[in-house]
Amino acid sequence: MAHMNSRRTGRPFAVLCLVLACAVACNKAADVAPDWFGGFKKPANFPEPVYDLNANPINQAGFELGRKLFHDPLLSRNNTISCASCHIQSSAFTHHGHDVSHGIDDKLGTRNAPPIMNLAWSKNFFWDGGVFHLDMLAIAPIENPVEMDESLMNVLAKLRQHTQYPRLFEKAFGSPEISTANFLKALSQFMLMAVSSNAKYDKVMRGEGHTAFTADEQAGYAVYQQHCAGCHAEPLFTDQSFRDNGLGPNPINDQGRYMITLNDTDSYKFKVPSLRNLKYTAPYMHDGRLLTLAAVIAHYRREVRDTPNLDPLLRNPDGSRGIVLSETEKTDLLAFLQTLNDEKFVTDPFLGVGN
Amino acid sequence: MKAYQYLIVFTLGVLSFTSCSKNEGPAPDQQLTGNLQLKFDHIVGDKKLQLGSGEYTNTAGELFTVDLLKYYVSNVKISTADGRTYTVPQEESYFLIDASVTESQFVNIEVPEGDYTQLTFLLGVDSLRSTMPVEDRTGVLDPAGDHNGGGMYWSWNSGYIFFKMEGQSPAVDLEGDPTGQHRYRYHIGGFGGYDAPTLNNIKTVSLDLSRAGTANVRQELSSNVHLFIDLAKVFNGSTTVSLAENPTVMFGDYSAFIANNYQAMFSHDHTHNFEPLNGTHE
Ligand code: HEC
Ligand code: HEC
Repeated sequence: MAHMNSRRTGRPFAVLCLVLACAVACNKAADVAPDWFGGFKKPANFPEPVYDLNANPINQAGFELGRKLFHDPLLSRNNTISCASCHIQSSAFTHHGHDVSHGIDDKLGTRNAPPIMNLAWSKNFFWDGGVFHLDMLAIAPIENPVEMDESLMNVLAKLRQHTQYPRLFEKAFGSPEISTANFLKALSQFMLMAVSSNAKYDKVMRGEGHTAFTADEQAGYAVYQQHCAGCHAEPLFTDQSFRDNGLGPNPINDQGRYMITLNDTDSYKFKVPSLRNLKYTAPYMHDGRLLTLAAVIAHYRREVRDTPNLDPLLRNPDGSRGIVLSETEKTDLLAFLQTLNDEKFVTDPFLGVGN
Repeated sequence: MKAYQYLIVFTLGVLSFTSCSKNEGPAPDQQLTGNLQLKFDHIVGDKKLQLGSGEYTNTAGELFTVDLLKYYVSNVKISTADGRTYTVPQEESYFLIDASVTESQFVNIEVPEGDYTQLTFLLGVDSLRSTMPVEDRTGVLDPAGDHNGGGMYWSWNSGYIFFKMEGQSPAVDLEGDPTGQHRYRYHIGGFGGYDAPTLNNIKTVSLDLSRAGTANVRQELSSNVHLFIDLAKVFNGSTTVSLAENPTVMFGDYSAFIANNYQAMFSHDHTHNFEPLNGTHE
């Protein structure tokens, strides 16, 4: 697309175009090379994945099928909304610019779309942990009346009638039959490959090249370890627990984890989100109520509410609430958080629309 | 002399009549199998269920209809009087009974020959199956639904809906159903939670078959066990459920009261033994 457009323009562009085309072509060539597809690789600084990869071995055809499905609006009732409509790669697979998700017929959801990122290490999914296996997840957005508003049965029927999909399923799973299980597993294969592990932080931790933290980043790392790591634990930057960080109920009174366990001590608790890729994932929190990182820090410093299930880590011995940070600590912390942004993750064509 | 002869004939006749109804043919051979048919026949109190059209009154005095009724029956077991139990193999032991689909109301299972006096099953889907990999959820457990349609899986809070009953009632006001259709909706599920304990609405139903007719299962024949499922019990048991007060019950604490009530809705009415196979006999 890009080089076709530039071909019509002047000479300097043509030269640029040649260079670009060459780069693209080189990429392409690499793409079709036999071992282009490295499969799922656990980053050296990550723990063992939670997802059982033996039960759904990732292969190139399965991944590509999953990638195609993820980007295909056929999965929605009126063929307008794809998974990627709300999980946009350039926003680390969140719904940039939306506090709560924006779905079919412009209907609004009640929660902020979390990133599709490092899901192989997730014990459960959604802000309330209501889904406990990645393979079961896609049913929820497909059937949610304010998201894709389609029935899984009908999606499968549409795929079976499609000119390409039966062949693609055959390539991926050895049978053109499009079953619920294979459909869901293909989507999982794509989502599992969305691994973000190439931020500066990762390179420092793995001792790659000569990457090192600056003095500010190093100081910020210490601030993080002291004040944030109790919940946003390394290396995923979440301990995956459900906690109340003192935001207080929102207008629709979303009670979070309580809706799954019906346990009063779980009300207003939400899953601790990762701190990776914050540069791309604003707005923040389960309902996207905080628009900037400055607002997030301000929340922890001054605005933590006295809610019944407020996490003990946010109560101080003197009876005050929140996290005490000096101005320098705040600046250092923000510098450290920048080292968690993984530009490769949000630009990698491998995770893009595909072809 | 004559009287004596008559007595013998009479006695013989009674004997043969008794043996006829109790136990026709040879004694059961556990190496052989026959068919056990469970018939799920829905009633409301002393009326037959007329899906969509019938009107009924619950204990709270509220008028209601039933236009949707589906529930899972699973993990079927049968036992003989001498304590021999046959458990239907796990993979073949999930049934979705749907009041709008006649075939679904006849569950046919192949079991060893025997004279079964006890029937036990779960109303719902056990927690093990509720957490199994997606490839093990086929047939009626397919989250996409089977040919009878879906709607028995909660995708946002992974798990099956065990029992779904919906209909209309003038007792349901605008607050209860903002669409103004006076609908009540009972979707009951909850297998106990995956990583944190929560609602467990799985119910075990155990029925004594000996009083209304032991199931004599014999090769190439069918023993048809006719069950009545009384939906009035949904509203009437340890809790008197009011449609006005609880028009919508889904995943929440109140669902446990309804599940406790409906556990008692099954009763064994009668058995027809030694029926031809593949019948959908009453
Ligand atoms: C209309 C917007 C929208 C669409 C379309 C959508 N999602 Fe989401 N997605 C969300 C929201 C909002 C959440 C958070 C829901 C919650 O926590 O209750 C979410 C959560 C998720 C999560 C959980 C991530 C985590 O870490 O817990 C995954 C995985 C996911 N979606 C995958 C998909 C897939 C696959 C599709 C397509 C089949 C899809 N989404 C379509 C908005 C959307
Ligand atoms: C007591 C546990 C806890 C501590 C300590 C904590 N957080 Fe959080 N954090 C949470 C929870 C829980 C959420 C999600 C809350 C919600 O959305 O309801 C969250 C959300 C966030 C988010 C939003 C991320 C997103 O994708 O929406 C950011 C950013 C964040 N925290 C940064 C920090 C920083 C920086 C610190 C240290 C100064 C910190 N947190 C300390 C529990 C904690």
